[in-house]
Amino acid sequence: MDLILYEAQRQGRISFYMTNAGEEAYIGSAAALEPEDEIFGQYREAGTLLYRGFTLDQFMNQCYSNDMDLGKGRQMPVHYGSKALHFQTISSPLATQLPQASGAAYAIKRSGKKNCVMCYFGEGAASEGDFHAALNIAATTSCPVIFFCRNNGFAISTPANEQYKGDGIASRGVGYGMHTIRVDGNDVWAVYKATQEARKIAVEKHKPVLIEAMTYRVGHHSTSDDSSAYRSKKEVEDWKRHDNPMVRMRKWLESKGWWDEARENAHKATQRTAVLKSFAAAEKRKKPAVSEMFNDVYDKLTPNLIEQKKELEELIKKYPAHYDTSNYAKEN
Amino acid sequence: MTVRDALNSALEEEMTADEKVYLLGEEVGQYNGAYKVSKGLLDKFGPKRVIDTPITESGFCGLAVGSAFAGLKPVCEFMTWNFAMQAIDQIVNSAAKTHYMSGGNVDCPITFRGPNGAAAGVAAQHSQCFAAWYGSVPGLKVVSPWNSEDAKGLLKAAIRDPNPVVVLENELMYGISFPMSEAALSKDFVLEIGKAKIEKEGTDVTIVAHSRSVGFALEAAQLLEKEGICSAEVINLRSIRPLDTETIIKSVKKTNRLVTVEGGWPQYGVGSEICAQIMESEAFDHLDAPVVRVTGADVPTPYAQNLEAFAFPDTEVIARVVKRTLNKKIGA
Repeated sequence: MDLILYEAQRQGRISFYMTNAGEEAYIGSAAALEPEDEIFGQYREAGTLLYRGFTLDQFMNQCYSNDMDLGKGRQMPVHYGSKALHFQTISSPLATQLPQASGAAYAIKRSGKKNCVMCYFGEGAASEGDFHAALNIAATTSCPVIFFCRNNGFAISTPANEQYKGDGIASRGVGYGMHTIRVDGNDVWAVYKATQEARKIAVEKHKPVLIEAMTYRVGHHSTSDDSSAYRSKKEVEDWKRHDNPMVRMRKWLESKGWWDEARENAHKATQRTAVLKSFAAAEKRKKPAVSEMFNDVYDKLTPNLIEQKKELEELIKKYPAHYDTSNYAKEN
Repeated sequence: MTVRDALNSALEEEMTADEKVYLLGEEVGQYNGAYKVSKGLLDKFGPKRVIDTPITESGFCGLAVGSAFAGLKPVCEFMTWNFAMQAIDQIVNSAAKTHYMSGGNVDCPITFRGPNGAAAGVAAQHSQCFAAWYGSVPGLKVVSPWNSEDAKGLLKAAIRDPNPVVVLENELMYGISFPMSEAALSKDFVLEIGKAKIEKEGTDVTIVAHSRSVGFALEAAQLLEKEGICSAEVINLRSIRPLDTETIIKSVKKTNRLVTVEGGWPQYGVGSEICAQIMESEAFDHLDAPVVRVTGADVPTPYAQNLEAFAFPDTEVIARVVKRTLNKKIGA
C-alpha cells in the first residue's frame, strides 16, 4: 500500500503521502489492544488501522478525497479517522493529541469501562510543550493512557541527537512519575509484550505508561522530503540490511516452519493486486458534493452559512460554464 | 443577583442535570475559583466533577478537548482569557476544526470560559479582549454576556450546545448585581446563542455594544436623553459569533445612524466587522452618516490607573461620539 500510494503521489495522482517504512513492528502494539481502546495517532501509524480492519478501499478513498471518504474530503492524505474502529481522526499540529489522549482516558476512567487510550507520537513531537503538559496531567489526574513514542531517529531532517540532549524520551517519563519502558521498536514481539503489560497497568491501576520504541525511519519524512539531502543512502541501506523489522519477522516465521519463499511471493502478489484494485476504484470516484463544504462547521448550519450556500447554488445555476461540477458527486 | 452568582447557578444547574458536564481549571476546586465563580461546586459534586489542574493551559485544555471527543461535556476555565493563548492551538486547531475535518464524525461539546478584556490595575498581559480573535473562527460559537441574565442564560446555552463555545466573561462585572426575572431564575432558562437584545429602544441612533460596554452605552443613552439631544437605541450583542446582523440592520433602518462600542482594540475588531457587514447590507442605503466605532485604545493596556482609564471607552466618550455623529449629514 505504501509503495503504490507513494508512487501515486509522485505521478501527481494524490497530493501527499507518508510511508511507514522501517517501523512496521509498531503493529505489535495494536495487536495488544482491545478493539474499544481509543487510538490517538500522529500520522505514521496506518498499520494500526489496517490491523483493526480499515479496508484498502477506505484508505484509498481518504487519500483520493473522494465521495466515499469517511472524512468527506476535508483533510490531506493519510489523515485517516474511524469512529467505528476507535481511531481518532489524525490532526496535523504535532503533539496536540497527547493531552487530548489524557482527556479521553479520563473520560474512559469516568465511564467505568475497562479500556485505555493508546497515544502515538514521534521523538520530535516529544519536544512540544503539549508532550510535557500531557504527561504531567495524565500522571496527576491518573489517566489510563499509554504514551507510545516511535523514536525513529529523525524529525524530517533533524536527527535525534539534535532533538534532545537527555537520555531519549524514556528518561522524561521517570521525571513525571510514570512507569516507563524502552523497547527494541523493530522487534514486533517486544513491542507486543511491552504494550500488553502497559495496558494492564493503565486499565487496572489507572496509571499512565510511557513506552519508547527505538526504530529507524527508512523512508523519507513524506513525499515533500528527499532525505538524501541530510543522510547518506548507505546509512539507509545499512539499516535495511541489518535491522529490518519485516525481515526479522519473516525469518522468525520461517524458523518455525510457518512461512517460506513461495508463500511470501504469493502473498505479495495477492496483496498487490488487491491494493491496485482499490486504488483504481478510488481514483475513478467523484469528489464529495459541493454542498458538503458548508456542513459540519457546526452541528447545524448557521444563518450566515445558509445564506452563503444559497448564494453559491444560485451562482452555479446561473453560470454553469464557470462552475463545472461534473467531477463532484450529485447533491443528495 | 450578581453576575458571579448567575454563573455559579448556571454551572450548578447544568452539572446537576447532566453528569457528563464537569469543570476543570486552575484553582476551581479547593480554592473555590480564582474569582469565586465556582464556589461550592467541589463540595457539592466532588473531585471527579470539579478538577484542580496543574499549571498547564495547553495540558488541561488539551485534556478537556480530548475528553469532549470521547463524550464528556467539559467546562474548561481559563483564569483569564489572556492565559488561554498558551492553549489557543487546542481551541482553534482542535476544538473548532475537528467536527469539520473529521467529516462530522468527531464531536466536541466543550465550553471554554473565563474573564476577558479590561480588569483593574493588572496591565497589558491581563487585560486583552479576545472577542475579535475567536469571533473570526468558523467552528466556534462565541458569546459575551453583560448582565446576570446574560451570564446565566448564555453559559447554560453554551454548556448544552453540542459545538465548542467560547464564553467571554468580564471580571469587573462579576460583583455587579442585576434584577433577575422569574423566568431567568428557572433551572431551564437558556438564551439563544446568535441573538442580540435591544436593551433600550430609541429612534435617532443605534448603539451596538457587548459585555461591559453595554452598561456604558446605556448610561450614555440616558445622559443624551436627559440633555434632550437624542433618543438612542442600545443593542446588547450577547453573541459575537454568530453575529445577529439582522437585529442591527433592522435598527439602523429605523434610526439611520450607527455607533459601535467595544473594549477591544480597533484594528480588525468587532466594530470593524459590524461596519463591513452593514456596508454590504441593505442598511447601507439607510445610513445618514458613516458608521463610527468606539474602541479601546490601540496600545497594550497601561498599568498606571489614569492611563488605564484612558485606554478603554466609557460613558463620556460614547456620548461625545454619538453627539458628533448626529451632527454629520450625507453630503454636508
